[in-house]
Amino acid sequence: MECLTILPGHDKRGTVESFLPIHLKRGQLYTIVGNTGSGKSRLIKDVEQLAQGDSVTGRTILLDGAPVSRCHRQRLSGQLVAHLGQNMRFVLDTTVEDFLRLHARCRSREITPEEILKLVNEITPEPVTLGQSLNQLSGGQSRALMIGDIALICDSPIVLIDEIENAGIDKQRALHLLRRQDKLVLVVTHDPHTALMSEQRIVLGGGAITAVVGRSPAEAALYQQLEAEYQTQRRYQTLLRKGELLA
Amino acid sequence: MPNHIFLFSGASAVGKTSVLRSLLPLLKQSGAPPCVCKIDCLQSGDAAVFEELGLPCVTGLSGDICPDHFLVSNLPELWDWADGQRCDTLVIETAGLCHRCSPATIHMVAGCVLDCTASCKAPGQLGPMLTQADFVVLTKTDMVSQAELEIISWQIGELNPKAALFPVDGLAGYGIDRLAQWLLEQPANCSSGEDVLRHTMPSGVCSYCVGERRVGGAFQQGVVGKIDFGKEAPVWSA
Repeated sequence: MECLTILPGHDKRGTVESFLPIHLKRGQLYTIVGNTGSGKSRLIKDVEQLAQGDSVTGRTILLDGAPVSRCHRQRLSGQLVAHLGQNMRFVLDTTVEDFLRLHARCRSREITPEEILKLVNEITPEPVTLGQSLNQLSGGQSRALMIGDIALICDSPIVLIDEIENAGIDKQRALHLLRRQDKLVLVVTHDPHTALMSEQRIVLGGGAITAVVGRSPAEAALYQQLEAEYQTQRRYQTLLRKGELLA
Repeated sequence: MPNHIFLFSGASAVGKTSVLRSLLPLLKQSGAPPCVCKIDCLQSGDAAVFEELGLPCVTGLSGDICPDHFLVSNLPELWDWADGQRCDTLVIETAGLCHRCSPATIHMVAGCVLDCTASCKAPGQLGPMLTQADFVVLTKTDMVSQAELEIISWQIGELNPKAALFPVDGLAGYGIDRLAQWLLEQPANCSSGEDVLRHTMPSGVCSYCVGERRVGGAFQQGVVGKIDFGKEAPVWSA
């Protein structure tokens, strides 16, 4: 898999979308922006399910320029696409260790729960332990575990992320982990700093893709400014969490 | 006897009706409008949901009887009713009760509806409803992470490797299109007028089945099972 192509479907009222085919390449980060209810999650879902004109949006997703036959869709989707949704909780009633072992077994991966936790604990300030019950993890711990799981057990070439900013985890480290090894990453975001990390952003409105905006040179400069502000915010956040005075 | 009978069984509140609400319009569009039977124990307002879709619907309330036994006892009448409605497809939704048995017959396309957010031990507790199903619908997939969905799917595959698996989000309708397509591709299998249960039903005919309320050995007659307490068995007092 080198490239995904999104072909137009229709908006929430059935009006045909009027964009040219959007080509998404491996190794690139793309962001998806728009108001709540504008159809961002549905676009993510189309990509996840490798929609062939049969989803609620009517869009078609091509893999390396070719449609995907129905009998191969579920298997290909499972192999190629990892999805970090908006949920911040696990529901399975098992321990962190059993969860990681079971999932590695499902995916036929030779990796120990310890190796995964090492990485998970780099992005969450509250360490996760093997014996913890999965559904008693905090929002941030759950999110960090989901990210570690996607990075090390799924290891899929396409990674879909519905809002990385949630739960106070280290956004940049998390994105860095998920982008390793030449992946195609699509991130839904409301955050200008995250949006400007990508060279291209897909804009949604009323259920339709309304524009694909390229990052301008002025925006690239703005990104540097937002990055400095983000680092300042993080420093304040750390002080705040430690109970110290910010000024 | 209709050519296609699709059975949707599953515990209470797993999302059977939500699945059907998205599925039935797709079956209707395909040119083979189904009629629908809802089996419940005490009360059900779901007939209104199906009637809104413009489909013939009948509700069977089993009351004091096990809903699975009740469904099997009513199958011939349901076949005739579907024929009378000139429907070639009959969709049956049933909640079941103890999940020890399953009302699935050989001629049905039998499905089990499972809730992703239930315990990961839940599939192992379902018995023939799951192990003998032709298809399994996993609902509320939007509530769990992809990893959890993969683990649950894998566990179901271990219990029933032959069933087709359909992860869906019944509220938004994701995944229902695949299920509709698969159901429509199933060969006609029901025209002989004879049918057989896939699995025997529990042999529970005891005093309590016929209305006994008093607790104690003296009031227990018929088929009565007892817990095995192992070595430290309590002394039996009648």
